[in-house]
Amino acid sequence: MELYQKTIHEINDLLDKKEVTVTEVTQAVVNRINAVEKSTDAYLSLQTEVALEMARGLDAELSVRAQRTPLEGIPYGLKDNMCTKGILTTCASKMLYNFNPPYNAEVYDRLSEAGGILLGKTNMDEFAMGSSTENSAYKKTRNPWDLNKVPGGSSGGSAVAVAADTAFYTLGSDTGGSIRQPAAFCGVVGMKPTYGLVSRYGLVAFASSLDQIGPFTKDVEDCALVLNAIVGHDAKDSTSLNLGKIDYTQNLKQGVKGLKIGVAKEFFGEGLQPEVRKSLEEAIAIYKTLGAEIVDVSFQHLDYALSAYYMISSAEASSNLARYDGIRYGFRAEEYSDLVDLYKKTRSQGFGDEVKRRIMLGTYALSSGYYDAYYKKAMQVRTIIKADFDQVFGGCDVLLTPTAPTTAFGIGEKTSNPLEMYLTDIYTVPVNIAGIPGVSIPCGLDNNGMPIGMQLLGPILSEETLLKAAWAFEQESGLTNLKAPLGTEV
Amino acid sequence: MEYEIVIGMEIHVELGTKTKIFCSCPTEFGQDENTHTCPVCLGMPGVLPVLNEKVVEYATRAGLALNCEIAHFSKMDRKNYFYPDLPKAYQTSQFDLPICTGGAVGIEVDGVKKDIGITRIHIEEDAGKLLHESADGTLLDVNRCGVPLIEIVTEPDLRSAEEARAFAEKVRNILEYTGVSDCKMEQGSMRFDVNLSIREKGSEVLGTRTEMKNLNSFRALIRAVQYESKRQIIELKKGREIIQETRKWDDAKGVSSSLRSKEEAHDYRYFPEPDLVPIVLEPSYIEKIKSELPELPEAKKKRYVDEYKLPEYDAGVLTTTGVTARFFEEAVALYNEPKQISNWMMVEIPPLLKENEQSMETITITPAQLVELLKLVKDKVISGTSGKEVLKEMFISGKNAGDIVKEQGLAQMSDTGELEAIIEKIVADNPKSVEDIGAGNEKAYGFLTGQVMKATKGKANAQVANEIIRAVVAKHLA
Repeated sequence: MELYQKTIHEINDLLDKKEVTVTEVTQAVVNRINAVEKSTDAYLSLQTEVALEMARGLDAELSVRAQRTPLEGIPYGLKDNMCTKGILTTCASKMLYNFNPPYNAEVYDRLSEAGGILLGKTNMDEFAMGSSTENSAYKKTRNPWDLNKVPGGSSGGSAVAVAADTAFYTLGSDTGGSIRQPAAFCGVVGMKPTYGLVSRYGLVAFASSLDQIGPFTKDVEDCALVLNAIVGHDAKDSTSLNLGKIDYTQNLKQGVKGLKIGVAKEFFGEGLQPEVRKSLEEAIAIYKTLGAEIVDVSFQHLDYALSAYYMISSAEASSNLARYDGIRYGFRAEEYSDLVDLYKKTRSQGFGDEVKRRIMLGTYALSSGYYDAYYKKAMQVRTIIKADFDQVFGGCDVLLTPTAPTTAFGIGEKTSNPLEMYLTDIYTVPVNIAGIPGVSIPCGLDNNGMPIGMQLLGPILSEETLLKAAWAFEQESGLTNLKAPLGTEV
Repeated sequence: MEYEIVIGMEIHVELGTKTKIFCSCPTEFGQDENTHTCPVCLGMPGVLPVLNEKVVEYATRAGLALNCEIAHFSKMDRKNYFYPDLPKAYQTSQFDLPICTGGAVGIEVDGVKKDIGITRIHIEEDAGKLLHESADGTLLDVNRCGVPLIEIVTEPDLRSAEEARAFAEKVRNILEYTGVSDCKMEQGSMRFDVNLSIREKGSEVLGTRTEMKNLNSFRALIRAVQYESKRQIIELKKGREIIQETRKWDDAKGVSSSLRSKEEAHDYRYFPEPDLVPIVLEPSYIEKIKSELPELPEAKKKRYVDEYKLPEYDAGVLTTTGVTARFFEEAVALYNEPKQISNWMMVEIPPLLKENEQSMETITITPAQLVELLKLVKDKVISGTSGKEVLKEMFISGKNAGDIVKEQGLAQMSDTGELEAIIEKIVADNPKSVEDIGAGNEKAYGFLTGQVMKATKGKANAQVANEIIRAVVAKHLA
């Protein structure tokens, strides 16, 4: 196995034993980027020279130091909606084409502190709105398992960088499934932690009450390692939870004997691809052999989750994105007659169709006369969905569901039908509505060789349990650090 | 038909916290443009607000001082609208669950007392300032962005410009006392919006109202109310309907004009601020702030009458502002002559403040310095007349009264021997006056006293001099 194909914990072993240097590791992944990035287009911007320089600096330091920390010297990528001082942060939007933030996202500071080596910023759907990364104003990222297919979204670039071995791990953001769905489409591990577990400071907001940052990794153990580095209270984020730190690798390998795994028919409804259903059934069988108890659970109101999600997220987005007016930073229309015209032209030209669609939807939902029927109703649904999950977790420890109804679809296949695109989030959005954690891990391939993802959900702050359940499955199924066929071509 | 004016007010008050409401930028007024900013108050992508605890404390204090209920649970909301002085394109404010509700403030106009209901007080952030006069077009100063405000909303209980003024002054007085704001109108720390309508006297139904925003002085408040009520009455007399609209008050021209109609009014699309958590206040927290409230003007005034035996008028004047009251109390603590202190503070100090371009906020004389002077007068070391001159000099030079008296030789002549000689001469030189006194004209004593003062350059102890004059005159008449 090539160096760039390895997991973080495998690289850690080699670095700790001084069998490789950080520079060799970084050079390997840079070479890989040079070889395949033109096919996958995962990154919006790269800083490979800076990365190599950092690697050499770290090697010099490590040569005189006995200990290194788990992410020290490991090259990674960040979704381009996380602020990086001195590095463009565009949200894949024309609106922020030149935006160079004078501050860092808290997660970037934490990873820098942990000795991470930033390779570049990854592509995404504009302002994280979309399910295929086709809404990027700059490029189309391709699925390494089939270059004619989408990587999912909105964190498509981050998923592909890990799947194509052009980063050892990446961070994405998940508002309605934007980490888990692309992780499923690309055959990698992706986790959305409990709302408030990871600081949102410096994450360009889409829907503040739903957004959460999380990792993409090649296997579950790596997911625990990255999570260790990014969680924790941040006084700059009022919604950040103030809890004691735990080491997510501690109980990772304890197994699932006696764990109650719930299965709800509401997650196996219409539109579910037969191979996905079959793959999930096989996963259930594996859990049984591992000693887990499978229990039937059911939801009362899950049908309303998707509509409520699009109301709430669009309402918040309409407010969060109002600041892009061309006055202080970012894109400004070249010609305008007065202030209102400046606003109109800047926003008409600076935003893409999907962003405009959501701004209009959200503005409408909050307008006087419609607020009660839309936004308020959606908030009531939110309360009900939370109660639904509470009731379900009264009867099981974790819930096993498909991550998405289908495997990755073709590029351009759903772009003309936004509603069909929205439906790809049907199994992921309830999780954000409830604020609970969820992890997507590979559970098989469909007839076309495209990865299938399964989702493990748990109550608030159950990350440790979720990772334990995911790790046990991964070990038993052998579906770990999957290699896309892209790897064999290059 | 007799008309009645119905007024409700909204008062915006900048809180005197050291830092802004959601970031740690200073709130100081009058700094260079755009020097008190950071990514948070600039509303840059990805930044998040953190609520300043002091803002909650000050708002609670203001609410308690204005007799409000303090909410155990309140929340922040977003008020959405586009304007270049609002970097986030929404103002973080409070909508349906404000921190204070249901207060009241007592006012008195022409001897009639009444309570003005306070509907609510909520917390919000100020916007920036647009500078239109530049040659480069309109410029933006965001120093004021994120300066904390409270908005006080009244019931439509006010019935005249005088009541509006009395209420505004009372609120200013109370807030300045509690230390939540300096209430400096000239710096925009306190601004008034007026909702005004007219109805037939005795009617229970409210007429159509207009709103005038950002009146930034008591004068503007009174004039705007007078103008607008007159305008509406004339419209009604002409049989026209009042249009519900926001009007702009032009203080220079003394007229108001239509700014925007109800149809053009913003739809603010309020919704709960997802970047902040609700404000949950424990009863113990509210109790603690209540117990720490300073004595408010009304109570203080009553105490001045009871404890210091001051006339009600004096007590009223001395408690108009917290700084005046504090000055008075410090002086009384050093020197237990409340009436003397009060007289000097009410009569002598105000013109000198004006002359020296000072105010009670910036006064250069300390209560201790005033007390030193008053003791010299009381002990007759100097005359009251000299005392006034000394005070004037104290304002100019900043020196202590004792030093000035010494330098200028102002100490009174109480030496009877010396005075007797002078008085003997004056009485001898003015036989007409002695004659007048003999004829029963007591006023002539005044003339003689004046001559003595003239001869001694005011240094004669008036009481001693009078006694001697009477004795000498008596001798001459005998």
